[in-house]
Amino acid sequence: MNSLISMDGLTVAHSGNTVLSGVSLSIAPGEIVTVVGPNGSGKSTLLRSVIGALKPSRGTVTRAPGLRIGYVPQKLHIDATLPLTVRRFLSLPERVSDARASEALIQAGAGDLAARQMSGLSGGQFQRVLLARALLCNPQLLILDEATQGLDQPGSAAFYQRIEKVRQDLGCAVLMVSHELHVVMAASDRVICLNGHVCCEGAPEHVASAPEYRALFGTGTQGALALYRHEHNHSHDHGCTHDHGHQHEAAE
Amino acid sequence: MTLLDDFLIRAALAGIGVALAAAPLGCFVVWRRMAYFGDATAHASILGVALALSFDVSVFAGVLATALAMATTVSALAGRGYAMDTLLGVLAHSSLAFGLVAVSFLQGVRIDLMAYLFGDILAVGRADLAVIWGGAVLVLVLLWWRWPALLTATLNPDLAHAAGIDPRREQMVLTIALALVVAVAIKVVGVLLIAAMLLIPAAAARPFAATPERMAVIAGLLGMVAATGGLQLAFVLDTPAGPSIVCLAAGLFAASSLTGLLLQRRRS
Repeated sequence: MNSLISMDGLTVAHSGNTVLSGVSLSIAPGEIVTVVGPNGSGKSTLLRSVIGALKPSRGTVTRAPGLRIGYVPQKLHIDATLPLTVRRFLSLPERVSDARASEALIQAGAGDLAARQMSGLSGGQFQRVLLARALLCNPQLLILDEATQGLDQPGSAAFYQRIEKVRQDLGCAVLMVSHELHVVMAASDRVICLNGHVCCEGAPEHVASAPEYRALFGTGTQGALALYRHEHNHSHDHGCTHDHGHQHEAAE
Repeated sequence: MTLLDDFLIRAALAGIGVALAAAPLGCFVVWRRMAYFGDATAHASILGVALALSFDVSVFAGVLATALAMATTVSALAGRGYAMDTLLGVLAHSSLAFGLVAVSFLQGVRIDLMAYLFGDILAVGRADLAVIWGGAVLVLVLLWWRWPALLTATLNPDLAHAAGIDPRREQMVLTIALALVVAVAIKVVGVLLIAAMLLIPAAAARPFAATPERMAVIAGLLGMVAATGGLQLAFVLDTPAGPSIVCLAAGLFAASSLTGLLLQRRRS
């Protein structure tokens, strides 16, 4: 199966600081990949490289030809001076039909918001509208940058469940980022831990069987949240091989 | 064309032309918080006037060139060590000062500095009118053509990237439109008050608009009311025309803000 996106030795530097180094990663059609990592670990940089907002200093990002990407940004500040209804927002930059707009809103669970002003939405409503906008292009790859930031835990859980449903309905791959190190989607096919480079990758169900997971996993989230424990006290000075212990833990 | 023989008709048409071009661009200035940017570009244009007069080229061309140079300099320097408002403050006022000094060097040219600082709308001739309307139409066509991309880039640069839009290119479009508006408005309101024609009608339109397009249209209407009404005020009260236009626009802004507040209170 051809991958939608593949990164090979991706290195990105912002004003002299290397934020990402030697990241190689590929995303297959239909898979859900969650990237976790502490603040400043380069998660957003990774996503911004994928959408083409950042140029790699070394390495390559290869997109499948004609790849349709639906992008849900981290947060969107809409200036109060800009009047914008949800319906009008969905027609940016390309006009969409009313039927298509309401279909996407319903898919994203925002069916009743079309006439509302963007600046008057709550955090959860705003995220659902952003999701609806990302779904308009019928994406092959849905990219979410800390989509649940500012939502409470039930809110995040509901949002993740919705993403899972969207993946089922559309069959799109999902690449998302979470700064909440320990809370990721149970439906993730792969969890990638990033800290300037790929520390480790693992399937969350392996983690889910761990006792820590049982102890910390809340029952009120209907299985949408899983726990992924990861220690960050090891040093990365050697920078070449990364066979840290937890990689095996995750694979057990 | 006997109608255009009347200097008041020409002045009104000039004011309407500037208001029409300034309104939609002014909306972007408000949404993107570029007020100082507009100010800096406008202030730099006095240097353009001096250069145009000393090299004997048209004032329109000189102003357009310096406004463009100023705007690109600011864009290039942005995010390189100084906060944007500091940078703009330095560039706006120093370019104004350099412009004023440069004008004083002009020997043998009788130049009415006040006309460039505050505008001289009553002296607008047919050729000026052609330049103003030509520039205004160009700005409107440019904004019309780029409108969805401009709006997307204004919302969020990453959102624009993901949709295949280069936000820097859209910033450049706005920069060019701004330089054009400055070049056509200098005769009407002068360099010191151009930013007012950009900002005030757009800000006054905000409480009555639900979509960006409606805000631009309402701003255009308010700008036209300010231009024609201000001209009448100036005629009746024998006050300077450019500042009278801005005064009326400020009055409209105050009225609209009050109405907006009252509407909000009634809703809640």
